[in-house]
Amino acid sequence: MSTSEGPVTGPDADRPADDHAVATSTVDVTKEPAPEASRETLLEVTDLRKHFPITSGMLRRQVAAVKAVDDISFSVRKGETLGVVGESGCGKTTTGRMIMRLLEPSAGKIVFEGHDITHMKQRQLRPLRRDIQMIFQDPYSSLNPRHTVGAIVGAPFRLQKVKTEGGIKKAVQEILELVGLNPEHYNRYPHEFSGGQRQRIGVARTLALRPKLIVADEPVSALDVSIQAQVVNLLEDLQDEFGLTYVVIAHDLSVVRHIADRVAVMYLGKIVELADRTSLYESPMHPYTNALLSAVPVPDPDKRKGRERIRLQGDVPSPLNPPPACRFHTRCWKAQEICKTVEPPMVELKPGHQTACHFPENAPAGAAETVAKSAAL
Amino acid sequence: MGDEKERTETLDGTPAAAEAAHRPPTAFLEVRDLRIHFPTDDGLVKSVDGLSFQLERGRTLGIVGESGSGKSVTSLGILGLHNRRNANVSGEIWLDGQEIVGSTPDQVRRLRGRNMAMIFQDPLSSMHPFYTVGNQIIEAYRIHNDVSKQVARKHAIDMLGRVGIPQPDKRVDDYPHHFSGGMRQRAMIAMALSCDPELLIADEPTTALDVTVQAQILDLLRDLQEEFNSAIIMITHDLGVVAELADDILVMYGGRSVEYATVDDLFHRPLHPYTWGLLGSMPRLDRERSERLLPIKGTPPSLINLPSGCAFNPRCAYAELNDGRSETERPELKELEPGHSVACHLPLARRKEIWDNEIRPKL
Amino acid sequence: MIAFIVRRLVAAVLLLVIVSMVTFAIFFLVPRLVGSTPDDLASRYVGRDASPTSVQAAKKRLHLDDPVPLQYGRFVKGIVAGDEFDYGPQTVKCSAPCFGYSFRTSQNVLDLIKDRFPVTASLVFGASILWLTGGVAVGVLSALKRRSFFDRAAMSIALAGVSLPIYFTGLVSLSLFAYTWKIWPDGVQYANLLDNPVKWAYNLVLPWVTLAFLYAAMYARLTRSGMLETLNEDYIRTARAKGLPERTVITKHALRATLTPILTIFGLDIGLLLGGAVLTESTFSLPGMGKMVVDAITGNDLPVVLGVVMFTALFVVLANLIVDLLYGVVDPRVRHN
Repeated sequence: MSTSEGPVTGPDADRPADDHAVATSTVDVTKEPAPEASRETLLEVTDLRKHFPITSGMLRRQVAAVKAVDDISFSVRKGETLGVVGESGCGKTTTGRMIMRLLEPSAGKIVFEGHDITHMKQRQLRPLRRDIQMIFQDPYSSLNPRHTVGAIVGAPFRLQKVKTEGGIKKAVQEILELVGLNPEHYNRYPHEFSGGQRQRIGVARTLALRPKLIVADEPVSALDVSIQAQVVNLLEDLQDEFGLTYVVIAHDLSVVRHIADRVAVMYLGKIVELADRTSLYESPMHPYTNALLSAVPVPDPDKRKGRERIRLQGDVPSPLNPPPACRFHTRCWKAQEICKTVEPPMVELKPGHQTACHFPENAPAGAAETVAKSAAL
Repeated sequence: MGDEKERTETLDGTPAAAEAAHRPPTAFLEVRDLRIHFPTDDGLVKSVDGLSFQLERGRTLGIVGESGSGKSVTSLGILGLHNRRNANVSGEIWLDGQEIVGSTPDQVRRLRGRNMAMIFQDPLSSMHPFYTVGNQIIEAYRIHNDVSKQVARKHAIDMLGRVGIPQPDKRVDDYPHHFSGGMRQRAMIAMALSCDPELLIADEPTTALDVTVQAQILDLLRDLQEEFNSAIIMITHDLGVVAELADDILVMYGGRSVEYATVDDLFHRPLHPYTWGLLGSMPRLDRERSERLLPIKGTPPSLINLPSGCAFNPRCAYAELNDGRSETERPELKELEPGHSVACHLPLARRKEIWDNEIRPKL
Repeated sequence: MIAFIVRRLVAAVLLLVIVSMVTFAIFFLVPRLVGSTPDDLASRYVGRDASPTSVQAAKKRLHLDDPVPLQYGRFVKGIVAGDEFDYGPQTVKCSAPCFGYSFRTSQNVLDLIKDRFPVTASLVFGASILWLTGGVAVGVLSALKRRSFFDRAAMSIALAGVSLPIYFTGLVSLSLFAYTWKIWPDGVQYANLLDNPVKWAYNLVLPWVTLAFLYAAMYARLTRSGMLETLNEDYIRTARAKGLPERTVITKHALRATLTPILTIFGLDIGLLLGGAVLTESTFSLPGMGKMVVDAITGNDLPVVLGVVMFTALFVVLANLIVDLLYGVVDPRVRHN
């Protein structure tokens, strides 16, 4: 079902207006993709949790906690793209930062390539930083304005003390070319580039050490529409060439659908649905996913009237005091008594399609019983 | 006079408009050849350079463009919010029979808030952090209505209720930072609508909001428009948003209008390569997933040094079909079909062919 | 709110303790570390040609033989509970808060401070009103008329004001107004406010203006840049979009946001100056705290120095606390709960 096994189309035919993407010569279109079955798990996250304490009073006692991420589990296989979508405050960014170990998890486990990295010390993390890299949302603030592009992209080599053939400069220029930047711009500063080009610099920096996993937090949301597409295509091309694995965190459901193989939908610190892209977008099971998809404005005026909309009322409740049991029940039109008392477990209702809901939509017959049984366990 | 006539005609296309030049127009809002230039140390920034459009009450115009296309500058220009000391504004803006560009600052100020109002992208930074939401609405109402504070307060509570804020009598005394993003934008809308303006300009009103909240706000704007029969200008970079709300769409590029059409024409029969580019750039949920997006190459132009000829030509995949004309001669906005104006040198038939055969199948 | 105040007060006390420790260490520990004996210290306190016996007496009286922590403990105890000094035949009781006695004049340090503080307070009071109103007004006008002649002129003068030291502007004004034009023919003679308010004000005009000039220049620059920043804020655009007259936009919306950070700086400046406007007081020979501390430093009068330092620290800490509380009143976003 996944389409990231390799480029399906030729590199030229389909991209008439895309000269800034990866130079075609560097895209290895003939490379055989790894068969689905043999794909091993690169990242395994189990019951991951991050609570930020809230203190109050004279002695700054902890009186509450923002449950930013609350017991989520997922895995990422080598070479695939996992999309994480959700609205602000759902915990998607916190999740990304925990994977990067920029934040210390409160509980749970993160296993990368078989090594438990959940509580690794900074020094032990150092080699890991080579393998896991991050792309940030804001191409303006994530690049040091006083450093040249060469210094920015070359920094990982220096930090990790990696020897390169022909020196760092040559390596950096190769990467710049790879992401569609002019290698002669090695000595320019970030402010001399446009937003899209700056994001390319960011991508180049993450690519320098050929990481195994790239966590991209809203990689295109600060960019103009036409530039967004350039960067999305670039990310896809690089994945094909280097067999990269992505975790793409985004609020834009259309972008995630385009780029991800599997998608996790988060709501108030929980994953409520995790499924293959096609399955998720074509037959979403969780009411929240349905509502999200229905809320996306469709660029087709004909669909303005005929479309059946689900309109959620109100705002997302505060993660400080999330509703009990199913966190979505306060805004869910299908909610019943059980939703307020029993937390629905994540259940695989279809192969490759898990959801946490007592009354899933588009579910196969007998789903309700399966959920009830799991909930009882 | 003859020259003048011709110029108007080419800009706007309709002979009727040419005759009407320098006379109050019949349309509720009419913008004619609007130019807004900013002299800077680096050169003259031509943010808006010859823009014309019309809008009737009860209708919605979507202005679409990327950053630096001049769409926000246009909206501030209509409100007369540019500082005349650092902006050169020329052209005409007629709002319900009154011309704005030539009016004194105080005349325009009296129109602001009462006849035309605006909501902004970021409702948090757009509200004063030190005053309660209620106070800010009361202030807006009392500038144009000679009423007591109590009456204005009742009106503010009423407006907050109408935009769907629960417990408006309590929330009226809250500060903006107590509100969630969606509620804040509702409060902004309540403030903008407090004096029942006939023209509402919404500058990226949902860009900072979550998608479910965005849907609520778009619904709200639609409902309020029916209730108040106001004209709305919706400025956005999101084609999905204008498809939901707009009747007509103006696509801006480099400070000029490149395509101006009904929403139906624009999405089903777009005739400008830039519009094609925008449509191809966005991943869509309502279609089969395409393998690749079709981005526009290059980056938006600098407004100080616009490319000669057609400003879009360096990024246009079809510019070379014109034997260099796109690089030398600026295409004027011409009405090619009723209600559908485009600024492009490519022969119309050729463009239709490209759209039907090359672009549409890939979207 | 109460928890906030209590927490801040506790922090303030802690801060004062630390300041006292550091100051104490500088005067009593550092000399020992670099090799001074208690005798050396004591001899400095007694005077130039002191007899060995008087040195020994001073050493005993001041307990300079004790370990430094113990001396510090006695110092703190003096502040909190008062102290007694053994002058051989009689003991002198020094009630709390006791900062000891000046070694040069044998006066109680607290009395000295009480004596001098009104002078400094008078100077700071008048000058602060001048510089706050003047600086803010010039800053706002400069921002509103950006790049105009007024703006350029005001900012040039402000730059001069910031760069010229008080002992220069002060002496120039003295020489012009007092000696050349004889407006203040007798120079500046401090008069007590309660005795003769007119004379008090008349005599303080020059010091006020001189001190205020420096601060007004700084405040004008701060206000101008703050105002320019505020005028670019989205909510100012909103205020204009509502149709508010420009005057209301400026006074009600822009000014309030601009002045809030300036309030912080104002509080700190007042707190610092109350500990002694050293240069101004010296230039105009005003008998204030600053003058006193300068004299004390040159005369090695450690108890006085220590007392003034503690007082200054107290004012700064208090000013900080008041500013923080006021901030909560002005800016609802930082309201403490």
